[in-house]
Amino acid sequence: MKDKNSVGNVLRVATGVCLVCAVIVSTAAVTLRPFQEENRATFRQLNVLQAAGLHEPGMDVALAFERIERRIVDFDSGEYVDPPGGFDPVRAVRDPAQSNALSGDPAGIGRRTHYGEVFLARAEDGTLERVILPVHAYGLWSTMYAFLALEPDLRTVSGISFFEHGETPGLGGEIENPRWQENWVGKQVRDEDGNVRFRVDRGRTPEGVADADHRIDGLSGATITSRGVENMVQFWLGEQGYGPYLARMERRLEIGEVL
Amino acid sequence: MAQLKAREVLFAPIFANNPIALQILGICSALAITTKLSTTITMCAAVIFVLTFSNYFVSLIRNMIPSNIRIIVQMTIITALVIVVDQFLQAFAFQLSRELSVFVGLIITNCIVLGRAEAFAMQNPPLISAIDGLGNALGYSVVLLAVGFSRELFGSGSVLGAQILPLVAEGGWYQPNGLMLLPPSAFFLIGGFIWILRSYRTEQVEKEPFEIGPNTRTSPAF
Amino acid sequence: MFEHYLSLFIRAVFVENMALAFFLGMCTFLAISKRVETALGLGIAVIVVLTLTVPVNNFILHNFLDEGALAWTGIAALQEVDLRFLGLMCYIGLIAAIVQILEMFLDRYVPALYNALGIFLPLITVNCAILGASLFMVERNYQFGESVVFGFGAGFGWALAIVLLAAIREKLKYSDVPEGLRGLGIVFIITGLMSLGFMSFAGVQL
Repeated sequence: MKDKNSVGNVLRVATGVCLVCAVIVSTAAVTLRPFQEENRATFRQLNVLQAAGLHEPGMDVALAFERIERRIVDFDSGEYVDPPGGFDPVRAVRDPAQSNALSGDPAGIGRRTHYGEVFLARAEDGTLERVILPVHAYGLWSTMYAFLALEPDLRTVSGISFFEHGETPGLGGEIENPRWQENWVGKQVRDEDGNVRFRVDRGRTPEGVADADHRIDGLSGATITSRGVENMVQFWLGEQGYGPYLARMERRLEIGEVL
Repeated sequence: MAQLKAREVLFAPIFANNPIALQILGICSALAITTKLSTTITMCAAVIFVLTFSNYFVSLIRNMIPSNIRIIVQMTIITALVIVVDQFLQAFAFQLSRELSVFVGLIITNCIVLGRAEAFAMQNPPLISAIDGLGNALGYSVVLLAVGFSRELFGSGSVLGAQILPLVAEGGWYQPNGLMLLPPSAFFLIGGFIWILRSYRTEQVEKEPFEIGPNTRTSPAF
Repeated sequence: MFEHYLSLFIRAVFVENMALAFFLGMCTFLAISKRVETALGLGIAVIVVLTLTVPVNNFILHNFLDEGALAWTGIAALQEVDLRFLGLMCYIGLIAAIVQILEMFLDRYVPALYNALGIFLPLITVNCAILGASLFMVERNYQFGESVVFGFGAGFGWALAIVLLAAIREKLKYSDVPEGLRGLGIVFIITGLMSLGFMSFAGVQL
């Protein structure tokens, strides 16, 4: 060891350390990537199943998910599309060619993609059981992501599952609580004319109100989270969200088409 | 002799020279991820792994590291270890890694890790450095586990997800303390931990920066 | 556009305060807050470093690391490469390098400022608020302009918090604190109370 502070040694040590570390990190990243991607996919599928009420503990998620059909919808026309190269919502929202900035933005999401995913759960004989829509909106601290499942009449909620959020634990974080989520089941989020009609109360919904079917209990101590949840449903079922798609599907139902 | 020293190096940081309570190191991560005991345990395990091995590797090449780039070299080694941990968590403990989010990455800037590399591993042989890393990580873990345990027990009435205190909302008697789930409660708990520790080990009490003398100046009225 | 940046700035300073809402940079926050003067010096150093590092890391992310970011090279093999797993290493390396360069630059050209900030600069590499801000920038997908505003806002918020705490600690010298709590213990509790105060900014709609 002549002089460990010489330029040559500095370069040697720096290169050596960089090389060794880069090899270790890359090896770990590359070998573990398949596991990570599988985890991410399973997690998403699990939440779709949970929203649809089709999940039982210990079941094979991938197998159960085979009954679920994934379709892509054009938000503006409400029609099914089949974009070449598939559709990745995470990538699309960052791509200016596949999404646009919202001017009026009640849900606080900034950008909306041109297309959206829809999951159709079918019974074994192929009849439609549930329509599951991915929705998200800004709550108190950050964006809340959820899957909202509708009955085949496209008005009644059959379940909801929030799978990613940063709300205050114990207050807004209760959106994760299954007992609160049960509150949603059977509620009507759209009326006969296809308009969104939904609100989150402050505290419990009063007994005996006429539109109790369109209201759910609020979360105590989490006014802003509750408002975010309300905006989320209003936005995503409305004109800028899945509204045109649901209206179109309803027309097809009326003329007796099998969906 | 070496045996005794190893034991001392391992156990001293747990209470006598605790990195959080006495040296004010590595607090950031201690606050955000202690709402649940399960995330706390994962975090502790990650820190134990990173700190032990970073100390070992830094010490291994300590005689070759030129002093003017030593911080960057240490950071590179630490970062590589942290990324490996992060990738492993994402692959094999997906749910936990989601809950820890950016805080696994922030182990890099946990001052305990760089602090021990700089203060201990640069001067000592590899094995004893690894033991020192382990000891400091354990000292960090003791505080974190105490905080995580109290926050989960009083905040949600459960320990590791199992309900211990039946909640009012579920027909029990315990009204959970919502404050415990908010980040500021971690400050109160660590403050309390320091208080208890220092009442027991009075030599750690900080001296007043100056004494306020009695009011000796007589009032001009007299 | 201006409104968007202003709201981003206000959010970064108050609602999403690095120190009091996310508890980043706590080690230095608690250790170097005994006097207002030194706290102010450190605060300014953090502002400078954050305003520099967040946009530079943003540039690196969008031009080198992100999936498809290497398209500008024109090499087909690099079109699809996703190097985001190297993100942490690049960010921290850049932060360390920028801090080092800044230190040398100040020493050479602005000695007065170097004398005031010099001792704080090495501390800043291991300040989690610096790396944390870069990670938030990645997570929230900020564009370049936004990252400049966010970096400055996050630094400003952190500086504000540490100066406030230092001011309280100066007054604290006249209080009769129980022996075991004296020093670090009571500082923890005060920081807790301050962050409770800052929580009331949460959810402010801008």
